Amino acid sequence: MRVFWRDTWRVFWRAMRMSLRNPAWVIIGLAQPVLYLVFFGPLLEPLAGQLGTGNAYQLFVPGIMVQLGIFGAMFVGFGLIAEVRAGVVESQRVTPASRTALLLGRVLRDVVVLFVQAVLLVLVALPMGLRAPLAGIVLGVVIVALLGASLSSVSYAVALTVKSEDVMAPLLNAVAFPVLLLSGILLPMSLAPGWLETLSEINPFKHVVDGVRSAFAGNVTATDSWVGALITVALVVLGLWYGTRTFRRESS
Amino acid sequence: MIRARGLARTFTSRRGAVHAVQGVDLDVARGEVVGFLGPNGAGKTTTMRMLTTLLAPTAGEAQVVGCDLRTDPVGVRRRIGYVPQSGSSSPEARVGEELVDHAALYGIPKATGRTRGQELFSRLDLDGVWERTVRTLSGGQRRRLDIAKGLVHDPELVFLDEPTTGLDPQSRANLWTHISGLRDSHGTTVFLTTHYLDEADALCDRILVIDHGTIVAEGTPDQLKQRVSGDAVELELDDATRTGDALALVSALPGATDAVVDTSGATPRVRVRVPSGGRALPGLLRQLDAAGVALAAVDVQRPTLDDVFLEMTGRSLREGGEG
Ligand SMILES: Nc1ncnc2c1ncn2[C@@H]1O[C@H](COP(=O)(O)OP(=O)(O)OP(=O)(O)O)[C@@H](O)[C@H]1O
Ligand SMILES: [Mg+2]
Repeated sequence: MRVFWRDTWRVFWRAMRMSLRNPAWVIIGLAQPVLYLVFFGPLLEPLAGQLGTGNAYQLFVPGIMVQLGIFGAMFVGFGLIAEVRAGVVESQRVTPASRTALLLGRVLRDVVVLFVQAVLLVLVALPMGLRAPLAGIVLGVVIVALLGASLSSVSYAVALTVKSEDVMAPLLNAVAFPVLLLSGILLPMSLAPGWLETLSEINPFKHVVDGVRSAFAGNVTATDSWVGALITVALVVLGLWYGTRTFRRESS
Repeated sequence: MIRARGLARTFTSRRGAVHAVQGVDLDVARGEVVGFLGPNGAGKTTTMRMLTTLLAPTAGEAQVVGCDLRTDPVGVRRRIGYVPQSGSSSPEARVGEELVDHAALYGIPKATGRTRGQELFSRLDLDGVWERTVRTLSGGQRRRLDIAKGLVHDPELVFLDEPTTGLDPQSRANLWTHISGLRDSHGTTVFLTTHYLDEADALCDRILVIDHGTIVAEGTPDQLKQRVSGDAVELELDDATRTGDALALVSALPGATDAVVDTSGATPRVRVRVPSGGRALPGLLRQLDAAGVALAAVDVQRPTLDDVFLEMTGRSLREGGEG
């Protein structure tokens, strides 16, 4: 077990070092939600009452955070494809390092990056008028990090399976857009007509968004928050299970 | 060190099945340097990837450094080094980090990894690139970095897939010295593929030839060369009218085959294949002298591994290509 964590740490640190050296992706990843915040947030301010909240950012920031978690992690597989192509992955697989560590080290790097991005996002949102209890914010940030763990694990597994950007890109887009539209990230699904709201119920990310919203509204212990947190944990378990299973398989 | 029985791998895709390796048996002893030769697509890399646990065999079994490929892959990985055919380093990484990170996955502490890495670098003539980015290395430097990665943890057995491809003659000779040195000082076993027959000849104790996924020949370089029917002896005559006498004499040599007269050139020639040119020549020269056949020149050619290759696989290794 010690060896496992040592390997994980080394894979993590190597990946982290690469990210720090080329922070362009980290910055671009953060720029997008900040742009949403700055250019879309003000549109919601006058609608706050209609949306059933006193503070538009209390509704909007959770959505943007979950979006950050989903999109920030979903595309990390492209980096792995480049590594596969360079032979890096094979050169790691020929070492005695645990296959799970090879995955987990990379996933942890993504989690750390997302964590920092989520915290920065909150720090930008506060002066714009976000009002939310600390416990809610902490829960939100943790959920973003966990979502990131789940989705980056899946993204790596898909990358290792398809091994080609040309297959990966349309696949991710096909999944990402319906998920985004049906999660009520920009506007709460409660505004939707009945059929659309029902449809969105099957989207786990919708419940995650609802959970973070409820926590931001001050109901950290409310059912919505719990459901959101539990679904996130379930997604983490599923994502890591799928990821490790793929990494353990001998490649072809 | 390696013992494989019936190792096979079939790749299946929608476009059909490729029987890349079909039942390979091989044995490699501790401290041996074994060359694995074969034309492009013969199955060398596929065999290596199976033996290094990267690829699951579709059939067969193997023990590598005493560990079973299927039941103890981690044991195998711990004891081997592998230099893949097509690169193993991240272009964005720093050269030194690449080596230290790799060593770390074998549990080698950073400081040790650095010392060993720098030692290897000076052996492989890579001084001064430690802080550079991999992307900025030349092709041959990158190749040597890959080789250093495969050796940094002092493996008992190392697999080198075309290690010298892209290296200049000096780096190549340098690497040969290093490989022989590893064997002599550490008892390292080496299993390598190459397309350079002079390399296999100079470096390997034993050669395995694979074609279409099966081993078609095996032996020391000398044994293999003897399988091609002996040396070629060529006599260049002064006088075209004496070719008949010369032909009769060479045909009578013990074990002589393929005796021919060639008058297409400026001077008439007689050629013959004999098991050993060096042994046949003194007697032959005496007989020719006694018969009064004057010679302008004599040439004896030992077969090269390229001849062996041509005979075994019907294609020259240098031509490559699908047969
Ligand atoms: N992943 C794969 N999927 C399908 N076919 C493959 C795969 N890898 C190798 N092959 C096929 O298996 C055969 C053997 O390939 P291999 O790479 O082992 O050849 P090789 O002897 O190393 O050749 P070279 O000298 O060109 O390196 C080839 O016909 C190749 O096309
Ligand atoms: Mg090959």
